Amino acid sequence: MMLADRDRIFTNLYGFRPWGITHAIARGDWVDTRELMAMGQDAIIATVKESGLRGRGGAGFPTGMKWSFMPKEPKPDRPSFLVVNADESEPGSCKDREIIRHEPHKLLEGALLAGYAMRARAAYIYIRGEYVREAEVLFAAVEEAYHKGFLGKNACGSGYEFDIFVHRGAGAYICGEETAMIESLEGKKGQPRLKPPFPAGAGLYGCPTTVNNVESIAVVPAILRRGADWFAGIGRPNNTGTKLFQVSGHVNRPCVVEEAMGIPFRTLIEAHCGGIRGGWDNLLAVIPGGSSVPLVPAEQIIDCPMDFDGLRELKSGLGTAAVIVMDRSTDIVKAIARLSYFYKHESCGQCTPCREGTGWMWRVMERLVTGDAEPHEIDLLLEVTTQVEGHTICALGDAAAWPIQGLIRHFRPEIERRIAKRRGFVQVPDALPQAAE
Amino acid sequence: MPKVTVDGIEVEVPQGATVMQACEMAGKEIPRFCYHERLSIAGNCRMCLVEVSPGPPKPQASCALPAAEGQVITTTSEKVRKAREGVMEFLLINHPLDCPICDQGGECDLQDQAMAYGKGWSRYEENKRAVTEKYMGPLVKTVMTRCIHCTRCVRFAEEVAGVEEIGALYRGENMQITSYLEQAVTSEISGNIIDLCPVGALTAKPTAFSARPWELTRTDAIDVMDAVGANIVAQSRSGTVIRVVPRLNDEVNEEWLADAARFGVDGLRERRLDRPFVRHEGRLREASWAEAFAAIARRVEGLAGERIAALVGPMSALEEMVALKDLLTGLGSARLECRLDGAAVGEGAFGDRSHWRFNTTLAGLEQADAILLVGSAIRHDAPLVMTRIRKAVRAGAELLVIGEPRELGAPATFLGDDLALLAELPAGFREAARPAALVESRNARADVLAAVAALGLQREAWNGFNLLHADASRVGALDLGLVVPGGLAALAAEPPELLFLLGVDEPDLGPFRASFKVYLGSHGDRGAAAADVILPACAWLEKPGTFVNLEGRVQRSLRAVFPPGEAREDWTILRALADRLGVRLPYDDLAALRARIAGAWPHLGTPGLAAVPWSAPEAAGHAAPAGPTAKRTAGYYQANPILRASPTMAACVAEIVEGRRPALLEAAA
Repeated sequence: MMLADRDRIFTNLYGFRPWGITHAIARGDWVDTRELMAMGQDAIIATVKESGLRGRGGAGFPTGMKWSFMPKEPKPDRPSFLVVNADESEPGSCKDREIIRHEPHKLLEGALLAGYAMRARAAYIYIRGEYVREAEVLFAAVEEAYHKGFLGKNACGSGYEFDIFVHRGAGAYICGEETAMIESLEGKKGQPRLKPPFPAGAGLYGCPTTVNNVESIAVVPAILRRGADWFAGIGRPNNTGTKLFQVSGHVNRPCVVEEAMGIPFRTLIEAHCGGIRGGWDNLLAVIPGGSSVPLVPAEQIIDCPMDFDGLRELKSGLGTAAVIVMDRSTDIVKAIARLSYFYKHESCGQCTPCREGTGWMWRVMERLVTGDAEPHEIDLLLEVTTQVEGHTICALGDAAAWPIQGLIRHFRPEIERRIAKRRGFVQVPDALPQAAE
Repeated sequence: MPKVTVDGIEVEVPQGATVMQACEMAGKEIPRFCYHERLSIAGNCRMCLVEVSPGPPKPQASCALPAAEGQVITTTSEKVRKAREGVMEFLLINHPLDCPICDQGGECDLQDQAMAYGKGWSRYEENKRAVTEKYMGPLVKTVMTRCIHCTRCVRFAEEVAGVEEIGALYRGENMQITSYLEQAVTSEISGNIIDLCPVGALTAKPTAFSARPWELTRTDAIDVMDAVGANIVAQSRSGTVIRVVPRLNDEVNEEWLADAARFGVDGLRERRLDRPFVRHEGRLREASWAEAFAAIARRVEGLAGERIAALVGPMSALEEMVALKDLLTGLGSARLECRLDGAAVGEGAFGDRSHWRFNTTLAGLEQADAILLVGSAIRHDAPLVMTRIRKAVRAGAELLVIGEPRELGAPATFLGDDLALLAELPAGFREAARPAALVESRNARADVLAAVAALGLQREAWNGFNLLHADASRVGALDLGLVVPGGLAALAAEPPELLFLLGVDEPDLGPFRASFKVYLGSHGDRGAAAADVILPACAWLEKPGTFVNLEGRVQRSLRAVFPPGEAREDWTILRALADRLGVRLPYDDLAALRARIAGAWPHLGTPGLAAVPWSAPEAAGHAAPAGPTAKRTAGYYQANPILRASPTMAACVAEIVEGRRPALLEAAA
C-alpha cells in the first residue's frame, strides 16, 4: 500500500540536490515539454481528467474538470489566465513551500502545461508574503526558465506564447481563497467575491481564470509523462495518485512526505514519522487536513485511509493533508480555542455571520478553556457555529465552525468537566496536563 | 423569460433578474441591508437568505443569485427564518442599541428589520466592540460603532459619486469604514450616503439631534439650487424647514440629491429680508409696503416704457416671471432679460425652444456612447447630470472635454482649453451612434452653438444637442421670451432709468449704477445692497411655484413654510405693485395666474416633459469659435444668496474647499 520509490514525483522534495535548472533537467523536468504540448490541449485535459487528479488545495475538486470550464477559444481582448495558489497559510500546511524551494521547475513546467491546456495567456503565481526565501527561489527559477527559452514568446519551441508572473502576498490568510486572491492580484483589498460569476467566466481583470493549488499544478508534468493510468493506479478509486502529507505535532519525527492517497494513518505515522510520541496509547486526537477540518479522536483515525472519502466518513476531511497529531498532553480545548482565535483574526470582515460570529465563537471558546461558562453555553456555541456555517460568501465561515463542531462532537465530556470543576460541583483532578502551545 | 416558483406562487421574471427580484414580483418581502437597486451587488450582509432548489443545501443570498428556469424558492421556511434570525443576532451583537439617542431612530432599517425578523433578545454576553468616530467632513456625522459594514457608502462613493474616498480599513470584526486619511469627502453628492446608510452610522451633521422623523411635516417640492430640478421633500417643524431629502424620480434625480440642495436649506433662516426698505439719502431705511410702492411709483411716473427694464435671477418661479413680464408690458416695456451669463440662445438663429433644452434628456444621457463637454464645471453646475455621465462612461461611453482639466470622477479625455478644438474633434465622436454634446450655458456663445449644431448630433430618435444650464429659472424664462436683443451687454450699454431685479445677485451691477433699482428677493445679499427699493419676497420653499428644469420638464413645487416678517409671495407683490402703478394684472389668485400661463404658453401649463422637435438653427455666417472657455466664478457651496447665508455651506467652504479641519479635531491630532 505504500508508495514505491519509483512512483515518487517529487524526487528532490528534501532539497538534497540543488533546485537550479540544470539539476532540474537532470531530474527529468523540462526535458520533453514540447512533445507533451504536442499532445494537444484537449488531450492534456482529457489525460488529467482520466488520472483522477483532485485539487490538492483542500476542496478536492477534480482538476481536469475545472480546466474544461475554461473557454475553448479565448477572445483577444479577454485572454484566459491561470493563477497558481501558493498562498499556503492553512495552519499545519507546509507542502507548497517544499515544492517551491526545492522543486520550483516542476511547478513552472506544470504551469506552462496547464496554462497551455486551458489556453491561458499567462500564469500568476501568488506566493505567500512570509515565504521570503521561497519567493527568491521562485523569482530566480522563472528567470532561468525564460533564459532557457522555456517560457516567453515561443515557450519550449512550441510556438505558444506564455508568461509567468510571480506576485507576493502580504500575509492575509483569506487571500488563499481563490476569488480573494484574484481581488488581491488586482490590487484590491483581499475579500472573496460572490459566485456566480465563477472565475472561469469572469476572474482576474474580468477575464476567464482558473485558480489551482501549487501541488495540483506541479504533478501535471509527471501525469502527462507517465500516463493517466499510472497516476490512477495509485491510491483508491476517486482518490488517486500521490499526495504530500505534512505531519506535525506529537510524532517522533515530523515530516513532509509524498505518499499514496489512502495510506492508513497508522502506516503513515509508523513508516515516516517514527510513531506517536509516547506510543499509540498516548494519541488523543488528530486534525487530519489542516486547521479547517474537524478533529478526529484517536480510536477512529488509527486505521482510517488518509484520503478524501475515507476522512469524510469520519465527518472530517483530507483538506491539504496537513496532519496535526495531538497526544494526551494536549489541552484540546485550548488548542481549538487557539484555532478559533486564528479565524477571528483572519476573517475578512465582509459577511456578517463570519465577521461577528468568529469573534463570538472565540470568546466563548476562551471561557470554555477555563470552564468559566454555563453548561448550556456548549449548546449555544454549537448553534452559533451552525448559524455561521454555510451562511457566508466563502468557506472561511465553515472553516471557523468545523473545528469547534468537531471538538464538541468528540470532547463534550471534557468541556463539561471543566465547567463543573470551575463551579466547584465536583472535585476532579486535572486529567490533562497543560501543553505548551 | 424564466419561470420560477416563490412560496407556491409562479412568476415569470425578466432575463437576468435575481432571485430577490423574483421574490418581490411574487409579493414577498425580502429583508436586506447591503443590497441597493442603484449600487453594485455586494452580497455581504447575508440578510436576504432564502432557500432555493435546485442548489446547494444551504440558504442562498437572494440578492446575488440569478433567477433561473424552474427554480423553487422558499422564503418562509423554518430554515430561512432561523437564518435571518441568526444574521440579525450577529448584526446586533456589536451594535450599541442606542436608538434613543440615535438620529436614525424612526427611519432605521435595522430597527424595522430587527422588529420584523429578529429574535427579540440576544444570547451574546461578551463585551461589545466600540469604534472611534471618523471625520468625513462638515456634512456627514459618523457614529461608527453603529456601522453594520454593508458597504453601501463605499460603493456609492466609488460608483455613483466617482470619488474613491470611502473604504474599509482592517478586517474581521475590526473592520472600519472611513474616509481616506479621515479627510472630508470631496464629492458634491456626499450627502446621499446618509440616506443610503441603513443604520445610524452616517447621519446628517447639520441637523444632528434636531428632530425626530415622525415630528416632521413633509412637503413635496422642487430643488432650485441648480437647473436639474431634483425632486425633493422639505421636512419642516414649527414653520422651519429642518431638512431636505430627495424624492424618487427616475427621470430626473433618481434618488440622489446634491449637497447644496440638501444642506443649503439652513440659509433660509439667515440674512432674510423681512420688511421693505427704501434708500434715503444714500442709506437703506426700513419702510412700509406703501412707502416702498410710493417710491417706485414716483420714479415710474412719466417714464417712457423703454426706459424700464428687468433682470430675472436664477431661482425665480414661472409665476413671478410672468407677473413681472405682465407688469412691464403694462408699463410699456418688453425689456426683460434672464441670460445673466451671456448665453446667446433665445434670439436670432437660436430662437427655437429646442436650442436651449437638454434634448437628450437626463435619463437618455445614460444611453450616449460619446459625450462632449464644452466647459468643465459640470460637477459644480449640475452634479446630478455628472452621475448620469458616470453611468454612461461605465457602460462604455467616451467622455471628451473642452475646458480646463478638472477632476470629474470619471475617466475623461481633456482635449484642451480652446474652443477652436470644436472643429477638430476625434472622428469617433462625430461617427458615434449616440453622441451628446453638453454646452455650458456660460459658453453658449453664438459661434460655439453654431459649431456644435454643425456637428450633426441628431440621429433617429436621438438628439445630442444639449445646453447645460446652471440656473433653475433659465429654461422657463427663455420659454417666456424674457430676452432683450443683445442680452445683458446691450442693457448695460444703455442703462435703463428703472431696473427691476427679480432675485438678481450674481452679475456685476456696476453698469446700472445710475439706474433706480428695485430688488425683489429673499436675502440681504449683493442685489439688495445695490438696490434703491427692496421688496421682501419668498424663498422657494415658502411659495408654491412652477419650475422648468433644463430638459424643459415642468414641475410644481409646494409651500413648506411661510416667509418671515412682512415678506410676501413674489407674484402677489408684483400684482399689488401693478395696481399702485395703474396697471391691471388679470389675475387675483394662483389658479388664475396659472390659467394665464397655460393660456399663453400651453406647454408650461401642465407638469411633465413636452417633446420639442429639433429645429436645425441657421448656423451659417458664424466665424469658427476660438479662445479659452468661460469659467464658472462661483464656488459650488456659495453659488447663490441662500447658500451664502447658510452656516452649513460656510462650513463646507472651510472644511472641504479650503481643507481646514475643525479646531477640535486639530487639537486632537
